[in-house]
Amino acid sequence: MSSISPTDVPTAPAGPPPAGPARTRVFGVSLNIRQSGIYIAFALIVVLFAVLTDGALLQPQNISNLIVQNSYILILSIGMILIIIAGHIDLSVGSVVAVTGAIAAVLMVDYGIPWPVALLITLVAGGVIGAWQGYWIAYFGIPAFIVTLAGMLLFRALTLTVLGNQGIGPFPDPVRTLSNGFTDGYIGNIGLGALGGADLFSLIIGVVAVGGMALSQWRTRTARLGYRQAVDPLPVFLLKIVAAAAVILFVVVQLARFRNLPWVLVLLTLLVLAYSLVTTRAVFGRQIYAIGGNLQAAVLSGIKVKQVVFWLFVNMGVLAALAGVIFAGRLNQAGPTAGNTFELDAIAAAFIGGAAVQGGVGKVVGAITGGLIMGVINNGMSLIGSPSERVMLVKGVVLLAAVAFDVWAKRRAAQ
Amino acid sequence: MSDHILRMREITKTFPGVRALQDVNLSVRRGEIHAICGENGAGKSTLMKVLSGVYPHGSYDGEITFDGEECRFGGIRDSEQRGVVIIHQELALCPQLSIAENIFLGNERSRRGLIDWNRTNHEAARLLERVGLREHPVTTVSDIGVGKQQLVEIAKALAKEVRLLILDEPTAALNDEDSAHLLDLLRGLRAEGITCVIISHKLNEIAAVADRVTILRDGRSIETLDMRADDVTEDRIISGMVGRDLEHRFPPHEPSIGEEAFRIEDWTVHSPTQRDRVVVSKANLSVRHGEIVGLAGLMGAGRTELAMSVFGRSYGVGISGRVLRDGRPVEIRTVRDAITHGIAYATEDRKRYGLNLIEDIKRNISAADLGRLAKRGWVDDNEEFRVAEEYRRDMNIKAPSVLSVTGKLSGGNQQKVVLSKWIFTDADVLILDEPTRGIDVGAKYEIYSIINRLADAGKAVLVISSELPELLGLCDRIYTLSAGRITGELSRHEATQERLMTLMTTLNSKDPAR
Repeated sequence: MSSISPTDVPTAPAGPPPAGPARTRVFGVSLNIRQSGIYIAFALIVVLFAVLTDGALLQPQNISNLIVQNSYILILSIGMILIIIAGHIDLSVGSVVAVTGAIAAVLMVDYGIPWPVALLITLVAGGVIGAWQGYWIAYFGIPAFIVTLAGMLLFRALTLTVLGNQGIGPFPDPVRTLSNGFTDGYIGNIGLGALGGADLFSLIIGVVAVGGMALSQWRTRTARLGYRQAVDPLPVFLLKIVAAAAVILFVVVQLARFRNLPWVLVLLTLLVLAYSLVTTRAVFGRQIYAIGGNLQAAVLSGIKVKQVVFWLFVNMGVLAALAGVIFAGRLNQAGPTAGNTFELDAIAAAFIGGAAVQGGVGKVVGAITGGLIMGVINNGMSLIGSPSERVMLVKGVVLLAAVAFDVWAKRRAAQ
Repeated sequence: MSDHILRMREITKTFPGVRALQDVNLSVRRGEIHAICGENGAGKSTLMKVLSGVYPHGSYDGEITFDGEECRFGGIRDSEQRGVVIIHQELALCPQLSIAENIFLGNERSRRGLIDWNRTNHEAARLLERVGLREHPVTTVSDIGVGKQQLVEIAKALAKEVRLLILDEPTAALNDEDSAHLLDLLRGLRAEGITCVIISHKLNEIAAVADRVTILRDGRSIETLDMRADDVTEDRIISGMVGRDLEHRFPPHEPSIGEEAFRIEDWTVHSPTQRDRVVVSKANLSVRHGEIVGLAGLMGAGRTELAMSVFGRSYGVGISGRVLRDGRPVEIRTVRDAITHGIAYATEDRKRYGLNLIEDIKRNISAADLGRLAKRGWVDDNEEFRVAEEYRRDMNIKAPSVLSVTGKLSGGNQQKVVLSKWIFTDADVLILDEPTRGIDVGAKYEIYSIINRLADAGKAVLVISSELPELLGLCDRIYTLSAGRITGELSRHEATQERLMTLMTTLNSKDPAR
């Protein structure tokens, strides 16, 4: 804060009357379009491609592929959205995916270190890489754009140094199972009538998940009512729960019919739950929003901004390492070109998912939805046989449209 | 042609909710140095922005005649074309460019679209000679001091063939030597026939250089004094600037004052951009529990710098001195330390430094002490809601709920959110920087009532304000600050606007009024 604002600029005009966020009424239900627009868009895109592909998009095997193919991008987008909320960016994640994949391969394949130890070392290495970048950004004060652009080159160079021009593999089975595998049919199959046989264990997990979700939503609602906070009216609340439950159950049933639950889906679900909790409930998470919303005000509110930013990049490094191992495990080898342009997909997922360019806004679930939107477009267009340049074109337009919508909604809300 | 180069008649300029100027008249004679005086917020800068086209024709009422012709400037380019050039308080130079490039910025010496560097540097050298600046035209602007940069600004104005030069607080950031040189230069320009309008808080400089002075107060032009004919003293100007009554704008308050809560001793702060410039010099002040103390000073006196440097070294370098809380010396190195020691600072610019405008009321109130609502790092958001609702009712924040976004609230309600946020930290010492700026009269009364209630609850309150009536109506004691020095300390009974203004404009002082 080297400048003190001038003392006799004309005073700010009295503001407009107080109002909540922009809401639109749809079917009698009040909706915050800026927040829920992304989910509506996702639903429309899914329906569109389900129709265009004659339902192939929603076939059991395809849903399973969609999740497994996009898992590493989704993991990256969780770390990325946090960084974007704080008003920074990370261009290096693709290279970090490559270098951590290489580290894991060297440890597991070349040195034969047991896979849990090697995985742990790889995650720590990711953390150290994040700490390196976090130091320059938070404590040295270099813009994240520059530091991570340098990191993009540095860690790609490191990957090539470690691997030379060839891949290292194959990975131990447990790692491949984590990336590519499915839960076992622990308790056998069950007949679902016309749908045929399905894995009972997966179904039970699905039902438990739905029950847990409904229960926790109900408890949140009750607690809020106890504090006389405004909540959705009961029918709307129930409708939302039923809709969410239907989506979850549909996906789980399809997966149970194919080859049970992918392990990455289990991992991803746990990550999304944990990080959603951190962003909404933890002091650390709330400080991220405060920093992105108004850096100066955060500093003057006693928030240790440098520390928070530093740990955000450490976290990104660890998640990138996790994505690196999963990606390498899926291909069953760590390659020198692994993770190319992953940073762009992760950033696009965050922005499509409702992050604001200026920072301060965004949700973990939003970033996941953004990532899934791109995944569905990729998958759906390849199912109908579109050439890759057309896929790229559509993704570019979607990214631009998503951010344009956000800017438009903000401007509209300001009026 | 008349002997007046400029006449502004009945200028009225309103912003939504605020009338900044009302029926202001200003006549400037050809070839004179005309000073404009007034308190902060009197409308000086607004008037100059109307004149220079920053506020275009149509956005104000009234008439401007320049050189006998009515002017309808649509922007700053129009006014510059007529030879009206304004030099703003914050210099508008590009620090990375050379002196010559800056002088001809937007006015490039070019031939067929290409810049003619020989001509640029040659003409720049001649202009530098005219303003008495011995620097080479290719020197980078960041390599020369603020005083010299000010001269570059004037050279830039001369390059535009200026006929009426407006200077807004030209010496505010300058040392005495540079100020003296600048004033000499203005006299030289006057001899060349260039008319100058100068806005300044430094009355001694006005007395030294101005031919006439127009006084603004509360957005109106009060009078124009002839510095040569009349026997006009600095005191005469001061009485014109402050001459208004205290209305019944302040809630009654009986203070009950306790022990000393907060004291700073020999507090010295240097500017972070010019490390040899002292911004606050050996300041001593104290506030007791239950006491409301004012800190008066004109712009650039170092009020905000003083407050921010105390508040966890948020401003300045080379800070020395001691802070005592309840009589015990404390070490405050970060904002967190300050909050831990029960010190709060509500900034003068709440939109830029005080609030997260895209976030709701609830989260803004909890922002400075979120840890109190959390167990093991997890926030209890229902409790947060309850606390915020309590403040909303208590402070009468006009919003449908604490989930409303703060960016949409009016200034007064935003200020209540800021105050709530600091009260929530349970601070014992509250430093409030311009707590009522940009707030309408009704909301001001509410803010004053809140401040009184804080004092009644035993808090020590330090109020920084540009509005002297506000300090007089609110405070039990008032310190004056001038050029980084505490120049006086007046009790409620001793303080008058005239005495304060005298102490605030003293330059060479260190003689407290008692």
